[in-house]
Amino acid sequence: MIEYTAIIRDTAKKLLKDGKVDVFIGYKKGTVPMMNEPVVISDPEKVDTLHWDSLCGLNLCNYLTKRKDKIGIIANGCNSRNIVTHILENQISREQLYIVGIPCTGVIDHRAVLRAVGNKEVLDVQEQGDKFTVSGNGFSETFDKAKFLRTNCAVCTHRNPVIYDEMVASPVKEQEGVDPFEDVKKIEAMDPEKKWGFFTKMIERCLRCYACRNSCPLCYCPTCFVDESKPQWVGKSIDPTDTMTFHIMRAYHCAGRCTDCGACERVCPVGIPMRQFTKKLNKDALEYFSWEAGLNPDARPPLDVYKPDDYNDFVK
Amino acid sequence: MTNKIFTKEEWTKALQGLSDSYKVFVPVKDGDFHTFKPMNATKAPDFDFQNTRLSARSLVYPQAERMFEYSLDENDPEANIIKETPKDYSPQAIVGIRPCDAHGFKIVKPNFDNKEYRDPWWIQHFESTVLVGLGCNQPCSTCFCASVGGGPFNKDVLDVLIYDLGANFMVSGLTEKGEAFLSKAQGGKAADDAAVKQAEALATEAAKKVKADVPTDKLKDKVINDLFAAPFWQDVGFACLNCGTCTYLCPTCWCFDIQDEVLGKQGDRIRNWDSCMFPLFTLHGSGHNPRDQKFQRVRQRFMHKLKYYVDKYQGGVQCSGCGRCVRYCPVNIDIRQVAELMNNY
Amino acid sequence: MRGVPLQNPYLPYPVRIDKITTETTDKNLKTFRFVFLNPEDEKKFAYTPGQFAELSVPGKGEIPIGIASSPTEKGFVAFTVNKVGLVTNYMHNMKEGEIMGIRGPLGNWYPWEEMEGKNIVIVGGGFAFTTLRSSIVYMIQPENRARFKDISVVYGARNPGLLLYRDELAEWEKRDDINMHITVDGTDDPDWKYNVGFVPAITEKKITSADNAIAIVCGPPIMIKFTQPVLEKLGFPPERIILSLEMRMKCGIGICGRCNIGDKYVCKDGPVFSLAKLKQMPGEY
Repeated sequence: MIEYTAIIRDTAKKLLKDGKVDVFIGYKKGTVPMMNEPVVISDPEKVDTLHWDSLCGLNLCNYLTKRKDKIGIIANGCNSRNIVTHILENQISREQLYIVGIPCTGVIDHRAVLRAVGNKEVLDVQEQGDKFTVSGNGFSETFDKAKFLRTNCAVCTHRNPVIYDEMVASPVKEQEGVDPFEDVKKIEAMDPEKKWGFFTKMIERCLRCYACRNSCPLCYCPTCFVDESKPQWVGKSIDPTDTMTFHIMRAYHCAGRCTDCGACERVCPVGIPMRQFTKKLNKDALEYFSWEAGLNPDARPPLDVYKPDDYNDFVK
Repeated sequence: MTNKIFTKEEWTKALQGLSDSYKVFVPVKDGDFHTFKPMNATKAPDFDFQNTRLSARSLVYPQAERMFEYSLDENDPEANIIKETPKDYSPQAIVGIRPCDAHGFKIVKPNFDNKEYRDPWWIQHFESTVLVGLGCNQPCSTCFCASVGGGPFNKDVLDVLIYDLGANFMVSGLTEKGEAFLSKAQGGKAADDAAVKQAEALATEAAKKVKADVPTDKLKDKVINDLFAAPFWQDVGFACLNCGTCTYLCPTCWCFDIQDEVLGKQGDRIRNWDSCMFPLFTLHGSGHNPRDQKFQRVRQRFMHKLKYYVDKYQGGVQCSGCGRCVRYCPVNIDIRQVAELMNNY
Repeated sequence: MRGVPLQNPYLPYPVRIDKITTETTDKNLKTFRFVFLNPEDEKKFAYTPGQFAELSVPGKGEIPIGIASSPTEKGFVAFTVNKVGLVTNYMHNMKEGEIMGIRGPLGNWYPWEEMEGKNIVIVGGGFAFTTLRSSIVYMIQPENRARFKDISVVYGARNPGLLLYRDELAEWEKRDDINMHITVDGTDDPDWKYNVGFVPAITEKKITSADNAIAIVCGPPIMIKFTQPVLEKLGFPPERIILSLEMRMKCGIGICGRCNIGDKYVCKDGPVFSLAKLKQMPGEY
């Protein structure tokens, strides 16, 4: 996808020059391999900073919340679905946005790459079409990108943006026959005790740094429940109960809203696969409400509407 | 100074023996990365690593630590009287700590131990710790220890230094504490001149590999308010998520919060690591927050490390160049670049 | 390996609540008078006006509060507590006789050496009058009064019911060795016999000279903001305008990092700063 870079730069330059947008939000190439930094640009002469490759794995929608200006932004499938959610939740208006759509072929899992090279230090990554070459001191290896996709990208069925003002390339073919919930089903099959054990072990290393929460465009509350002090709902130490409370509550706040963009897992400094929580809720949203978040800017999410004919008595 | 040679197997065995006299912490592979764990028979130490994901700071200054305890039971004559929580200060050894992380302890020391106030817990944990460092044969591209007063084989602060000679370790006692530790280590033999020469050569080689070009030399001459008002902070902070990754992985961050936690009629006063990245850190009871914007918090972290600390202690920067924040910042905010911006402003 | 046993600077002295006085008509401010459970702790708690302490409620936490009593008042130590957060809300429901802790004294104090032989101008607003009360009581003691020249006090609150220490204010009004200028932002009380007007305006009207004078200012940010130019216009140089900062604090001893501004910790290097010093620090307060 690195070939999109030139098109993104040209588009951004034109938008900024023509005054169609005040700023343009994208990525710049990172200072270390496999890292890229979100960047905002207002000077059309500085668009050459912009960069896109298969390692841009954050969610740029995170940077839109409550902005007042006119913004150009790049968005692949999941990011565009979060923009839709942001619009539905009144965090930004469609009129403020000029969305440059990216047909996405998936983001590389940097941890899988490190594992594949025996956790040696990677000094350079070169992307060529559907392959990429990783090199470091005394090694150089070429891999198929398809085999190194992040686990959310590997099962993604919405690679193309759902809203956009223009596209950097023609849409890519959507993946078919993938089961996004294979792992969830495995956990569902566990008995409660085993399930609890699984999740307890999973979050054991959590530092409570809140990178997962803060990288998530859904988490924009001015004061998060974990930060409330009157009353204080959650303790602030690394007590396992408090940590579990944080993770479960966070996941529930994402129910029916999560696009499985994978930013939370990408940013975790200790590699916790916390999508195991949100994916279960995504599965429930799909099964109970035929709902996938962010696909339709005109439909209210199932958990924020009231229907007089709801089949549950308690909401009537 | 004792120089001893151990085969790698002998060294592991020696550490097992030392576990009778010390709580021995060793690097252990835990999933994708290494972490310090107490030495035990089930999981062998693994000295083949670049650095542990988290610094060893939590072994001297735990992420959550009980300070005091008290009873809230009205029938207890001592109710509501706050008392010190008993602590175990028996000797411990951190084996395999990198010189940069050991240097971190020296950097934070004046905060916890100064002429006005002495933090009893940090000081006693630190004094009961033997730092058994492992020199870096292969510094990472993101390491810049040499720019900030350290180096891949820097002996400063360490009690023992281990040289990885391939099949063997050469282990050198550097302080009295370190010699005492080594004297209890079973096995090994005195290192001959060839081994000492080989070790010295490794250190020289490594020093050449580590980047020493992160500029900090002009920071002390800057005026705080000039740097504070510099135009680049909004840009530096744009991508920041305000998570605690940088501050929690850092060997030289020391901020903490104090919280009371109660179960039934028994309470504890606990201190927990805190982070200047969190908005709550400076939120006043009145609702006023002097650092309510993201870029202000990013600025605080860099200004504290690279300017306020420099001015306060008239020494180097509050950074040991371990490079963790460079490698693990989820949005790639790079302290090396920020140091350059500040130094050249 | 361990040297001398360390004194634990985080350990509060146990105290008993001796007396609680509700100060304001909105009942949001109460003064707590504490007596040390161990008499020797009172000696260790030797303080100077301007300092603060951490009030420590087991199970709730600690809050930094300026010391409202004067070291010349023996046998107790007093704090006036505004009901704002978890700890202070809890304290407002506590009763006389209950046990809690205090930790201190902490921070620096008003520049008493520098203040000797000078005219003292005290400007206070609202509930930030606590350490100013301590200072006034301290200065008007017969053994101290001669060390200072004229003492002028401008103290204001939104309305008469929100003034702290009203009985004492009335007593000080009667004295001829202290010039009191009490004011309220507004009142519908026809018997109100003092000033009406904001603190900066009353300061401008009543304080006529900065000659050989030092000003101590404590109050809400908005009052400080507008008082500062008045004092500068009167001729007070920034070195002789003294302010006390409020900041979120935890440890109170310059270790936990929370109240850091520039190369200073408000808890240890402050809370008292001259305007000259503050001007060299980032304005993050």
